[in-house]
Amino acid sequence: MAAALSPVRRTAAVVVHRATILFFIAFAIFPFYWMVVTSFKQNADLYVGATNVAHNPFLFNLPPTLDHLRILFGQTLYLTWLRNTLFVGLVVVGITLLLAVPAGYSLARLTGRWGERLSIGIFMTYLVPSTLLFIPFSRLVSLMQLQNSLWSLVLIYPTFTVPFCTWLLMGFFKSLPREVEESAMVDGCSRVGAIWRMVLPLSVPGLLTVVIFALTLVIQEFVYSLTFISSVQRMTVSVGVPVALVRGDVYYWGSLMAACLITSIPIAVVYNFFLDRFIAGFTVGAIK
Amino acid sequence: MTSTTAVSVAPTLHAGETIRRSDRRLGIVMLAPALLYIALLVAVPFLLALFLSLTNSSAGSLEFSFVGLQNFENVIASPVFRRALRNTFVFTFVSQLAVIVLGNVLARALMKSFHGKAIARFLILLPWAAPISLATLGWLWIFDSTFSVINWLLKVAGWLGPGQWYYWLGDPTLGMVAVIMIHVWRMLPFSTVILLAGLTSIPNEVREASAIDGAGLFSRIFRIEIPMMKPILTVAVLFGVVFTFTDMSVVYLLTRGGPYNSTHVLASLAFQEGVLGGDVGRGAAVAIFLVPVLVVLAIFMLRTSRRAEVV
Repeated sequence: MAAALSPVRRTAAVVVHRATILFFIAFAIFPFYWMVVTSFKQNADLYVGATNVAHNPFLFNLPPTLDHLRILFGQTLYLTWLRNTLFVGLVVVGITLLLAVPAGYSLARLTGRWGERLSIGIFMTYLVPSTLLFIPFSRLVSLMQLQNSLWSLVLIYPTFTVPFCTWLLMGFFKSLPREVEESAMVDGCSRVGAIWRMVLPLSVPGLLTVVIFALTLVIQEFVYSLTFISSVQRMTVSVGVPVALVRGDVYYWGSLMAACLITSIPIAVVYNFFLDRFIAGFTVGAIK
Repeated sequence: MTSTTAVSVAPTLHAGETIRRSDRRLGIVMLAPALLYIALLVAVPFLLALFLSLTNSSAGSLEFSFVGLQNFENVIASPVFRRALRNTFVFTFVSQLAVIVLGNVLARALMKSFHGKAIARFLILLPWAAPISLATLGWLWIFDSTFSVINWLLKVAGWLGPGQWYYWLGDPTLGMVAVIMIHVWRMLPFSTVILLAGLTSIPNEVREASAIDGAGLFSRIFRIEIPMMKPILTVAVLFGVVFTFTDMSVVYLLTRGGPYNSTHVLASLAFQEGVLGGDVGRGAAVAIFLVPVLVVLAIFMLRTSRRAEVV
């Protein structure tokens, strides 16, 4: 079919294709490019005002500076927020694995037909949004005296990590051949022993996906953290940066954009490696 | 231990009964903690949200009394709420329409092999992976009233004449455009990857056969590929709608619902009333309006998954 096209039309097709790709890349990365430029510009270069047509804001008109990074790491609580986020993330990952691994295995192997229906039900709870639940949760959190404590997040974050991770792990366990456990069980292992010794070691890629997925969801979460954490010391990074670095009308755009950039890029890189598996989780059944 | 060996030697059981009783018990034990957690922390709070919407509870105290449907009546009578309800639908519909059209174009472009494809894919996916609150902050700076780089570009291009200026977040219409733009930017990678998975799942023979039969590009896309991709298109649309419809971060951080409460969505209004304003009952009532749409989406999703399983 391609051979039927004349050379001119083929070149035109290539040009259109490249242009399309470049357009979408520009759209996608523009805010990140803008973060980079802002993070390293001197204030005199940054706050010129867009009415000045002669001053090109895309370029460094003055030499770049590390001042904004110095402010971010030296004079703000950014590192504390990162630590808080990491603490919540690791505890939530632990809870998620404890709940989702047995549940995922059970749904894949031990529950038969009703398990299949149940698994769809569990997946559906992932769709119950935080914006519906934060009001009742704020009641529960104050009843349990957990307001303004990171433990409130530890308690609540598994509500969105467990359903999706159970679903992902179920798919993963289903893809393993049954002989893995069965041969171990013929050799005298109990089912639990077979899971521990044979299935889990084979499931490391699946478990890793779940760890990364749960961790990124925790870092990205905004609504609950905004609702339950009020003191600046205890904020997570997704709330601390937009809420506490912005004071009144005084913006430290350089430091702000540096914080956004430094937090986003590592997540994006790691996420990219695991993306195909997440997408497989969303599209189970819809691709044949 | 002996029973396990005995059963595994026994002849195959009838289909659907292949699970041994001891395994079934173990299955329940392994499933119970997750189910219990979900019941306690998703199902109960969900019911609590319904319950609170019928009360006059406020953030300061744990006392309350029933007020029946009073909250709902008050909410529906409020012009701010009606505007938020309309905005939620407009934002979701417009952004998802754009995402599906652009996502199809982009997925098709990414189907071809070309130099630097892996890097292109990574860059295009960035918006979906970045934390939404931080990404929105980036956009807040792009739309800044004094330093907006978009305005600078429009000035240079001559679109904005002398004395003309766009206050992106200070004008209801421009504010809505900004919110929609961010939603498109964020959801496009997600839909593209899903659509790409759908496109790659169409066997090449189908394309070749349609080419031999003389089908042009457009009839191939609209008569063959789109019908074949219907389940996956549905998945992309449904998840996109769920994520956009229930989001409050973009509006909260970008405009705080302003100017004059003109860009609120249900979720951000529920936050303003229920958390910032302390009127828990009213906030819950606003959030409850998300439920009917979510139920419809869930039903759609179940039907899609069932149909796909049959096929």
